[in-house]
Amino acid sequence: MLEVSGLVCGYSRQPVLKNISFTVEGSKVLCLLGPNGSGKTTLFKTLLGLLPPLQGEVRFAGEDLSRWSQRRRARAIAYIPQSSTLPFAFSVQEVVLMGRTAHIDTFATPSPHDRELAQTALERLNIVHLRQKVFTELSGGERQMVLVARALAQEPRLLVMDEPTSSLDFSNQYLVLERVCRLAEQGMAVIMSSHHPSHAFLHANQVMLLGRDGRMDHGTPDSILTEDNLRRVYGINVKVANLSDGEHSRLRFCIPLPD
Amino acid sequence: MELTINSVEQVKKRRIVWGLSVLLVIVFLFSFSAGRYPVSPGQVFWVLADRLLALDLGLPGALTTVVLEVRFPRILAAALAGAALAGAGAAYQGMFKNPLVSPDILGATMGAGFGAALAINCSASLMGIQLAAFAGGLTAVFLAYKISRMIRRESILVMVLGGIIIGTCFSAGIYLIKYLADPYDKMPAITFWLMGSLASVTGREAMLMAVPVAVGFVPLLLLRWRLNVLSLDDEEAQALGLNTSRMRPVVIACATLMTAAAVGTCGMIGWVGLVIPHMARFLVGHDYQVLLPASFLLGSIYLLLVDCLARVLFSVEIPLGVLTALLGAPFMVYLMMRLRGGWI
Repeated sequence: MLEVSGLVCGYSRQPVLKNISFTVEGSKVLCLLGPNGSGKTTLFKTLLGLLPPLQGEVRFAGEDLSRWSQRRRARAIAYIPQSSTLPFAFSVQEVVLMGRTAHIDTFATPSPHDRELAQTALERLNIVHLRQKVFTELSGGERQMVLVARALAQEPRLLVMDEPTSSLDFSNQYLVLERVCRLAEQGMAVIMSSHHPSHAFLHANQVMLLGRDGRMDHGTPDSILTEDNLRRVYGINVKVANLSDGEHSRLRFCIPLPD
Repeated sequence: MELTINSVEQVKKRRIVWGLSVLLVIVFLFSFSAGRYPVSPGQVFWVLADRLLALDLGLPGALTTVVLEVRFPRILAAALAGAALAGAGAAYQGMFKNPLVSPDILGATMGAGFGAALAINCSASLMGIQLAAFAGGLTAVFLAYKISRMIRRESILVMVLGGIIIGTCFSAGIYLIKYLADPYDKMPAITFWLMGSLASVTGREAMLMAVPVAVGFVPLLLLRWRLNVLSLDDEEAQALGLNTSRMRPVVIACATLMTAAAVGTCGMIGWVGLVIPHMARFLVGHDYQVLLPASFLLGSIYLLLVDCLARVLFSVEIPLGVLTALLGAPFMVYLMMRLRGGWI
């Protein structure tokens, strides 16, 4: 679905990432890992068309993405930011409805069909009860769920999430990612970034590990998230272990080790 | 089932907008009665019917003159100015992602005032005054926006301070023009006009004002739902498929055109653009799809009522700008107490 080849991205002739190549297919989850400043956000901005690629190309369904209008791109790719600060007290329903922007004519207002899709998005995430609540008064986990619903209302084929769990508590981190990965099973491709390598073991099919030196490793979580690689990228000793419980013995996790 | 609830809310909000429209018509007609010369609403009806349908009822000449030539222009101007300032305020707030901006705070009013004062001093035509007001307003908003971008992009406080700085510069400019103007002729004209007066508005001026107000309002009305999306973070709005770099200049131009039309004709009427959109939010919520029409109607009703007060409160007419400030300031205090600084 998404093919990135030889991509160089960054700001005005100052490349942050060089020679990035990967593909993401439908129903797959790609997790981007790397320390602060390794260029995760820059890569996302380039994929979303907010930053022009310096070299190389991004193709979506075989077409060059840089030739697409913002509106057409938004119909294919939805974006979930780390958090959203709204200046006004919009209701959850109004926020989710904004996901329909790319489908609504410039001079039109949302149709009953658009409202129906917003409603369906809330239902799919089990947050219909929040519909009338004011977005800015919700908890962090609820807000993030609403942003996922807004992205769903956009009817995208690819979902891009920039550290979607960075401001969430322990259980909400899991719940938000779990819901999103369920959605991926229905055919959507997902690219997300995270600060927790364990998230990749739990939720992703593919991992891309970015180092500050511009090195990039790409593959399955088991092959990429080795103790050596994690030590090189994050600069600390890391233990990668399997859960010894019988029932969940396939679950892997990473934990930093004291020197 | 949920869908019916969905539409019930929509219908409820739409009803409020219709209610405001009806209220506007009623207030519009009743405001003919306010003033020293007694005119009953019934008489107003007959005078208007007589003129519109050419009934030739033989009504008293004084009555016809008061209704059609004295009161009609100022009532039309009040209705248009209120709607324009409130609509512009609502649009600015959405576009600058900032509930505390308004034409006055962004410096647009002062900029337009400076342009118009300059034009009056140069004995420009009506059209010239309008154009100068538009140019002044646009310059002020652009500079205020540039200052806030230069310092920090997303700060509400910096935006407000930028507007105040620019407003101060233009107000100094206005003082300078007044100081240098001919003290017997131009200076009183500029001074009275600056205080916000509708007493001298002629029928032609009121009609001429309707054009820029309409030109500014129609695009905003068409784009009103998208103003919601424009109030989001820029990158978020773009990722949702909104072309922000195309929409923002359109909204700035429209809102500033409406502000300039109001200032150019009626003088500096403050506070309407800040207070009315917030009043409208109490009534219909924050969704621009209903908020923009509601602000427009409510602004119109508000300024019509304020103008009535200005005419009947004392034996001498009070400048409109004085009254809107006296009424707007306490409301703003109430608003800030209610929000407890939650927006800053």
